[in-house]
Amino acid sequence: MIVADKKPIEEIIEYLKDHTNILVLGCNECVTVCEAGGKKEVAVLASTLRMHAQKEGKEIKIDEVTLERQCDKEYLDEIRDVIDQYDAVVSLACGVGVQFTAEQYHSTQVYPGVNTCFMGATEERGLWTERCQGCGQCILATTGSICPVSRCAKRLFNGPCGGSTDGRCEINAEVDCAWQLIVDRLKALDKLDEYEKLCPLKDWSTDRAGGPRKVVREDVQQ
Amino acid sequence: MRLPPNIRIVRVPCSGKVDLIHILRAFEKGADGVCVLGCLEGDCHFNNGNLMARRRVEQAQKILDSIDIGGERVKMYNLSSSEGPRFAQYAAEFTEKINALGPNPIKLAKNKAAVDPATRDMAETN
Repeated sequence: MIVADKKPIEEIIEYLKDHTNILVLGCNECVTVCEAGGKKEVAVLASTLRMHAQKEGKEIKIDEVTLERQCDKEYLDEIRDVIDQYDAVVSLACGVGVQFTAEQYHSTQVYPGVNTCFMGATEERGLWTERCQGCGQCILATTGSICPVSRCAKRLFNGPCGGSTDGRCEINAEVDCAWQLIVDRLKALDKLDEYEKLCPLKDWSTDRAGGPRKVVREDVQQ
Repeated sequence: MRLPPNIRIVRVPCSGKVDLIHILRAFEKGADGVCVLGCLEGDCHFNNGNLMARRRVEQAQKILDSIDIGGERVKMYNLSSSEGPRFAQYAAEFTEKINALGPNPIKLAKNKAAVDPATRDMAETN
């Protein structure tokens, strides 16, 4: 899922300083799982903003809505009837949701309420780590399901570098060496011969380096 | 055993039922202090409800500190449900602490707005 983290309240307060009619818009998907922008976090943020405004003697109206997700028009349409009441929206969705909301409602100011971080998984509650960087050409089949693009600091494709020490990466002793993990996994799967096979040159045009990307599926387009 | 007269008790089946938003809403509505009382740690009837409550109280403290309401206004106490006198003692201690801290800044701001000449006419017509 997309992992995001809450923005500091001071930053959000600064965005909203000239607004009096605010909608805090949450998302029921990834940001709910990483406890940054779901229904509960919407309620807490709205309450915090109200208390801050009241303490400053400011009249403010803050409403709370949580959509199923903000990356699909059908869900964003659910607020079409009420959006004009607000002069600002704080979207607690990931960067995709914030932008898509703004695209659907281009005359409303939409501010981000979370910092979107990476695609990752929940290792345990309160700990989310990166696993995928969306390179567009998945090679997990040959690396024992461990990704050298996202987990190797140098994105090496054919084994560890000389800096791999005790199974850790040279950039940080707390970071596992992806290639150590890959070799260990291939050993466990009895597929060490895969390690011997050279990985061909990667086509990076499907990575971020190639510019904003798109996926077109003519078989499902209407 | 005497309880201070200015406390309102809200009974819940377990302190773990108290959510962060409940604490924050109490302050939004003008409470000067919120005290969460739970079972002794290790003795929660529902296993770990009191541990969850403690974490939520700590979250509330951080939030209230971040907007200058004061995290000291919310506190968690652990005691056994049979300890009546200790409850009275905690209640008195907490009330005294909140009295010393003064009223909720939100209440002060609302009162100020009500008597401020600039907004008084608006307040009178409302």
